Amino acid sequence: MTSLTYLVAYAAIIVFLLAVASRIIRYIKNPIHLRWELYPVAHEGGDRASYGGSYYEDVDWWNKPRHSSRINELKVMIPEILFLLAVFEHKRPLWYVTYPFHLGLYFVVLFIGLLGIGSISQLTGIMADTPIMTAVFAVTNLLGPAGLILTVAGAVGLLFKRITDPDLSNYSSFEHYFNLVLFIVTAGVGIITWLFVDPTFDMARTFVANFISFNFAAIDSSLFILQVLLVVLTIAYIPLTHMSHFFMKYFLYHDIRWGDEPNIDSPKTDEKIGIVLNYPVTWSAPHIAGTGNTWAEVATHNPAAAKEEKKE
Amino acid sequence: MVKRLKINDISKDTEQLTSVANEDLMPLPWDIEEKEWEPLSDDIKEKYVCILDDTMILPIPKPKTKEEEDELVKKFLAGMEKLFSKENNWTFLSMIETTMENCAKCNTCSDACHQYEASGKNEMYRPTYKSEVFRRIYKKYIKKEPLSGLRNGNVDLNWRTVARLGELAYRCNVCRRCAQTCPIGVDNALVAREIRKIFSQEMGITTPELHDKGSMLQLGVGSSTGMTPMVVRDNVDFIDEDFSEELGVEFKTPWDVEGADILLIHNAGEIMSWPDNVAAFSLIFNRAGLSWTLSSDIAAYDSINYGVFYDDVQAARTALIHAQAAKKLGVRRIVLGECGHAHKALTVIADRILPPGLQVPRESCFPILRDIVKSGKLNLDPSRNDFPVTLHDPCNVTRLMGIIKPQREIMAAICPQFREMVPHGVHNYCCGGGSGYAIMSRNTIHEWRNKIAGRKKIEQILNAFSDCRGPEQKKYVCAPCSNCKGQIRDMIERYELLEKENMTYAGVVELIVNAMPDVEHEVIIKWEEGY
Ligand code: SF4
Ligand code: SF4
Repeated sequence: MTSLTYLVAYAAIIVFLLAVASRIIRYIKNPIHLRWELYPVAHEGGDRASYGGSYYEDVDWWNKPRHSSRINELKVMIPEILFLLAVFEHKRPLWYVTYPFHLGLYFVVLFIGLLGIGSISQLTGIMADTPIMTAVFAVTNLLGPAGLILTVAGAVGLLFKRITDPDLSNYSSFEHYFNLVLFIVTAGVGIITWLFVDPTFDMARTFVANFISFNFAAIDSSLFILQVLLVVLTIAYIPLTHMSHFFMKYFLYHDIRWGDEPNIDSPKTDEKIGIVLNYPVTWSAPHIAGTGNTWAEVATHNPAAAKEEKKE
Repeated sequence: MVKRLKINDISKDTEQLTSVANEDLMPLPWDIEEKEWEPLSDDIKEKYVCILDDTMILPIPKPKTKEEEDELVKKFLAGMEKLFSKENNWTFLSMIETTMENCAKCNTCSDACHQYEASGKNEMYRPTYKSEVFRRIYKKYIKKEPLSGLRNGNVDLNWRTVARLGELAYRCNVCRRCAQTCPIGVDNALVAREIRKIFSQEMGITTPELHDKGSMLQLGVGSSTGMTPMVVRDNVDFIDEDFSEELGVEFKTPWDVEGADILLIHNAGEIMSWPDNVAAFSLIFNRAGLSWTLSSDIAAYDSINYGVFYDDVQAARTALIHAQAAKKLGVRRIVLGECGHAHKALTVIADRILPPGLQVPRESCFPILRDIVKSGKLNLDPSRNDFPVTLHDPCNVTRLMGIIKPQREIMAAICPQFREMVPHGVHNYCCGGGSGYAIMSRNTIHEWRNKIAGRKKIEQILNAFSDCRGPEQKKYVCAPCSNCKGQIRDMIERYELLEKENMTYAGVVELIVNAMPDVEHEVIIKWEEGY
């Protein structure tokens, strides 16, 4: 059973990485798209970002230096990521349950990261027995339970809302309920394991150390094994669902919503446009079909002028 | 009729799925008796599918046989397949795919929608309703996801589902206010537009206003108004003469000046319906000493690009013609007049359509006007505009292009009683005429857009003037966009706001001209019936 647990854990992490990579690669491999930005564009420089202004507010904007500000971008991104501001502002009742849920997950991710640091120290002896590592252990031991409890509380709240609020229930499928139950069970088993089997997370830290060092050491608690299996399966499952938004959001924001890069003297963009204009078009409507084989041909054809000519 | 709609109700075998009763409508800040919906005529119902709600925008021929019903579904799926292929939809593939995959169904976006709110939160008009139906079809039939029903929910796909979805794509102004509130960046407005594209680009089903009398007429004769190059020149000559006389100052609009600095492109609707706007531009540009011209090349005197509302191919064709005209004249830049969608079409959308040889710089008129006003060249006298003015923000100019301040700097300089609507700028509400509604008045469409689509805007306008209500005080709604003006004109008329509130509307340039000390006062702006 122990070896199997390790094998499942490796397999799950591989599935997770492959699923994330495949979504990202699929997105990146898409051809150039039209611009479809939505203001405020957070990276706009100066005070423009604050009211949603853009470089189009300048006369002769293409001759002016464009001011892009990473700080302005972070000013929007950090509060959004940390506090889910959009939901806070636009759907407060949901925020009360979705925020603890997300915060719980953030804590759990941090907790796993700190477990990793702890276990590397354990393995290599680096900084072992230093006050830093003592602090890392202390924070790990705080974040773990806090994260698990928040996750369960948030997920129960979300489940209740999804079932009772018609605003949400009409749009929820079996998968939504399944996902929430999965989180409740996984984090719930985590809490029980912490309470009754591994209150100091030493077992968890040792497991992570063994995992990183490919050491299939025996695990002598079936509850702990169950917890490991649930956690890794959940990790593998997340990017296969709409929860992929946790990383795809980067592209939705940076490439689409804030994608305001104008095409000025950009041979790279022109080259990409050249490629798509040569794509074949097979739309069947009469004003398109038969007016050319490629986008370039179809777009330079004037169906109305052709009609007029025929009339004459 | 179904009261609280479920997703799968869209496939129901009923005559009309929903209706917005007067008592459900969002209340307005003053007492107004709303008329009942006029029923659609039997003739229309006989010819077209009218099974969604109280009106019909997309004329889908009514299938008469089982084969025709099946054909509708088949064609829709064929179009959907193409929509998710890079070859046929490179333009928006990344956006539609991410929107399909990442929605959390949290409905954080719902309350941002003016149509949803105005309808009394009728489920049908929730931004996510159409998207959810579309997503379920996509996952099951196009992406063919295993266990799709369990994972994403089911929807029965029959001809009614398809027809209602097409119609529902025209219950959205594509204003993208909902998208602005989405924590993930999902875009329900885009879904409406993509569904419109399937109907137009694959099935050949479009609205006559946008297609036959819109983009096709523009590509054919030069303008959706039907004006040929000769007619447009005559009309503008007439405007020059007429307004020179009325305003008491001579001016002449330049045509086809080769090598001019600016090619100004108006929405030709201005020439027909709001000649004051065209005259005001000419007077301002001439007095500011700009080197500018209009073009009488086919389509280059009409900035409209209705393709951006429903059809990528038509959008590309129109943008290319605009750029070609500029190239031919050898101008340095194209400047867009007061038309929101034309702004976005030629600057933002066309940016990745125009090949290098046609990349003529394109910009908005507002920063130029701001600089002219602030330069002091025109000796403007703000006291001539001493009446309450509020500013409507066209979505395409503000939320979708980020041009917020220039208009406000002009207002601050020449309108002493300027007041903002709440909310405004990038968070504005659509006028209710966006994405082509403004030019549609068939059957009961005008009722729909005034009663529901424009309801929030009229509420905002009234609230902006809450300190000066009544007919004694003149009021001015500045709406610097042809489509928005059309919509606001209709609402002012419907709610009798000229009579009851002494309210008129026009653009930014009219206010600038009205502030010129030597022009006849309040000629360019009129508070008269029938204006
Ligand atoms: S579009 Fe965005 S806000 Fe609306 S339901 Fe989907 S994730 Fe939530
Ligand atoms: S784009 Fe505008 S009209 Fe359409 S659903 Fe979103 S908010 Fe409503």
